[in-house]
Amino acid sequence: MANTINQKQNFLKGIIKENPTFVMLLGMCPTLGVTTSAFNGLGMGVATLFVLLMSNIVVSLVKNQIPDKVRIPAFIIIIASFVTVVEMVLEAFIPFLYEQLGIFIPLIVVNCIILGRAEAFASKNDVLSSVIDALGMGIGFVIALTILGATREILGNGSIFDFRIVPENANTFIIFILPPGAFIALAFLTVLFNKVTSKIVG
Amino acid sequence: MSKKESTFINMVVSLLIITLISGFLLGYVNDLTIKPKARARLQKKVDALKIVLPKFDNNPVENVKKIKLDKFKDSIEIYTAYLSNSKVGVAITSSSEKGFNGLVKLMVGFKLNGNIQKIQILDQKETPGLGAKMKGDKFLKQFNGKNPSTYKLKVKKDGGDIDALTGATISSRAVAESVQLAYDEFVKTKKSTKTTEN
Repeated sequence: MANTINQKQNFLKGIIKENPTFVMLLGMCPTLGVTTSAFNGLGMGVATLFVLLMSNIVVSLVKNQIPDKVRIPAFIIIIASFVTVVEMVLEAFIPFLYEQLGIFIPLIVVNCIILGRAEAFASKNDVLSSVIDALGMGIGFVIALTILGATREILGNGSIFDFRIVPENANTFIIFILPPGAFIALAFLTVLFNKVTSKIVG
Repeated sequence: MSKKESTFINMVVSLLIITLISGFLLGYVNDLTIKPKARARLQKKVDALKIVLPKFDNNPVENVKKIKLDKFKDSIEIYTAYLSNSKVGVAITSSSEKGFNGLVKLMVGFKLNGNIQKIQILDQKETPGLGAKMKGDKFLKQFNGKNPSTYKLKVKKDGGDIDALTGATISSRAVAESVQLAYDEFVKTKKSTKTTEN
């Protein structure tokens, strides 16, 4: 079964056709919560990518050892362990990012992208396919969060990756930094993304 | 390899093994990161001290004085800086929970006459683009060189001397409050050290 998967498609589907944020609308809590700046979006995306990759690997390795009825709690324990590892490592070695992401790191545990991929993909496929699936989905998520963060930072704060493009005192659309702006920006970007990709993919 | 049946024994054993492994892994990583974590936190304080205090050559972190106030969860920390054995300044960490999103923690450096040398924000969760601009020099530099005995630590809206951040009066009030708290402590310690010295 696993051999028949086209790995290139497997990788690309996470970025375009099944983009977790813009197409499947999964993991909305960190998506809306942390993307106040491009850098925060990128940081959250990379942290999630790491957890997703590790959990997909482990889940696909142990899938046959876990009885069906307890698979969800087993997956959650695996995911939660990796999230806690990420949290401790970030606090120890990248305190700056840890401060920025703060409460949203523990929330990676309940990010439905990760459990979703463990359940829908890694528990049915071999390790290689699961790694590629995780990379595709993770990168799709990173791209989506970075775009969303960048949009909100440009419109709301007049800067991108902390690089100012408008003068310090210019009036910016502060609403885009605030929570409502997350919903507005996400909605418009989702429309745009699907418009563009439907033209490319056909 | 066939899938394990969902028998009671199988379920208990597999969950037990998974939790055991994850427990050991977490313990191991915790051990590994506990020192760097403490170092990172300390480094942050040392960096802040270097910014807010006049030039010093002792290690203020070594003889920090912690004071617990009933009003606040965090204790106030007092760092004294010396340059060639004479006191040059005092840095006080202080906080306010009246920020827009809760806790605002900062460090104020005082010269011996009570003038504010510099302020550094240690911790805040204010809105990026609004209250979070309190970290910027533009807002903080208005405190530099001011003496709170004559300079009213309140935003202009409340009849004080501080220019509030645009659209972030609440955050500015939190800063004002914690600077005031730090100054009160500064005055108290100054009095108490004087009486002991006399």
